[in-house]
Amino acid sequence: MTAGVDPIVFYLTIFVLAIFVGYHVIWNVTPALHTPLMSLTNAISSIILVGAMLAAGSETLDWGGWLGVLAVALVSINTFGGFLVTQRMLGMFKKKEPKPGDKE
Amino acid sequence: MSADQLALWYLVAAVSFILALKGLSSPPTARRGNYFGVAGMAIAVAVTLALIYSHSKSVLPIVGGMVVGGVIGAFVARRVQMTQMPELVAAMHSLVGLAAVFIAIAAVNNPEAMGLHTPITGLHKAELFIGTFIGAITFSGSVIAFGKLAGLGKHFRLFSSAPVVFKGQHWLNLALGIAMIGFGVAFFMAEQSEWPPFIIMTALAFLLGFLLIIPIGGADMPVVISMLNSYSGWAAAGIGFSLDNPMLIVAGSLVGSSGAILSYIMCKAMNRSFVSVILGGFGGETAAVAETEQKTVRSGSPDDAAFLLSNADTVIIVPGYGLAVARAQHAVKELATKLTQKGVTVKYAIHPVAGRMPGHMNVLLAEAEVPYDQVFEMEDINSEFPQADVALILGANDVVNPLAEQKGSPIYGMPIIEAHKARTVLVNKRSMASGYAGIDNPLFYMDKTMMVFGDAKKVVEDLVKAVE
Repeated sequence: MTAGVDPIVFYLTIFVLAIFVGYHVIWNVTPALHTPLMSLTNAISSIILVGAMLAAGSETLDWGGWLGVLAVALVSINTFGGFLVTQRMLGMFKKKEPKPGDKE
Repeated sequence: MSADQLALWYLVAAVSFILALKGLSSPPTARRGNYFGVAGMAIAVAVTLALIYSHSKSVLPIVGGMVVGGVIGAFVARRVQMTQMPELVAAMHSLVGLAAVFIAIAAVNNPEAMGLHTPITGLHKAELFIGTFIGAITFSGSVIAFGKLAGLGKHFRLFSSAPVVFKGQHWLNLALGIAMIGFGVAFFMAEQSEWPPFIIMTALAFLLGFLLIIPIGGADMPVVISMLNSYSGWAAAGIGFSLDNPMLIVAGSLVGSSGAILSYIMCKAMNRSFVSVILGGFGGETAAVAETEQKTVRSGSPDDAAFLLSNADTVIIVPGYGLAVARAQHAVKELATKLTQKGVTVKYAIHPVAGRMPGHMNVLLAEAEVPYDQVFEMEDINSEFPQADVALILGANDVVNPLAEQKGSPIYGMPIIEAHKARTVLVNKRSMASGYAGIDNPLFYMDKTMMVFGDAKKVVEDLVKAVE
């Protein structure tokens, strides 16, 4: 069945299914954590770092390669900054006093 | 590493991202969620680095770039104030958008380095085009949003939090959008000399991003920032399509749908349709207040208010952004602690748009060490107001306006915190000025309402002293 199917069809399948997964997972996020959600998704969107690395990793570093290096540096700000600031925020969400027997 | 191995590692990374978002469903699991995100990212970066090393060995510039960016990112993450989170997030969206454009340019310049054919096949061109224009719009739109949120309007009019509108704006945007797509098609068709249409298309997309965001007013910023969050995800997904990378597609779609859902929630909370937010022109103007009749308000001193608070059984605090502007969160927490010691039950009621971005007020309260199990969302606490002795409203206005329940009012249908149902209402405001919606608030004139005028921080500190 898969023979002769253009790979783009598979990518489209993945895309649509991922949107559904995203839809269901995000609606479960508690509204209290919507700001950390934004900084976390922002960090995750810096996954295009992978594309930037490929651009920066060509054998001969022509101007396009250097543009890739610049993109790597820009996105790394997001990657590191995004996860760290999310961690910092989440560290602030504390319970009053953990009662014994309370499940996490 | 074989292509199959690489793809499997990428699958692990994609699953980690899903688990990361799943972790945010409750505060106790949230930190674990963030670790999943970090792990996914680390895996993705490590295997990509290994792949590049096995091909060309030129990993030094990459690592150098990552170190530079990482140091800047870590520094910013440490230093940023929680009130500045909206600006930070907007700035970060702009970086993702710009990087997407750079990657696309690099791909057109040297397709083989990105694992594409030379010349680039038609379908990949179309995908590159989509990734580029979404990235460019994300970049320039986020720059404007950043400027508006950071209050740079004083220095540069384009950043004004009041909407920047001119005649024929929407037609101009439409024309630019059509032209942009036209050049995209030209890029798609071009056999040779594909640069000119590509460059023109990218330039138009940058311009369009600016023009789309300048007419949107300060009050609508929570929607805009969620929308740009969504765009940055779609840009990543677009780049994923062009590079044949399913992991980028998955991660991008997750972010894209997250931003879209947040935009929807924000629109609903402000009783605005998404289209009217995008078309802009709201949030800066003050609508004419129709009523001119003089109504009397009862105002009292912090001492009077403190007396009411100390003698209550239940107090619900309704914080608004005015509280954060006055940096009074810590004083509020102190007041709550004092009241709790006196046997008063204290809860917080948060409206979805209480801050300048989704969930902003929750973070500001958490920073002041307010335990999150005292903080309730609007839907969860509204039913408790009739039993509450005192509703203490600090720096909030439109979100407690009972006019929202009255047909024909401009904010009819907007979900509100039903503070007017409490037995006594205490309102702290700096003046009687109207809120973003520009309409009067009948809550302030009710018999059971007492106004305490003054800066939120000063008033709350006085309350703390008076409660002792």
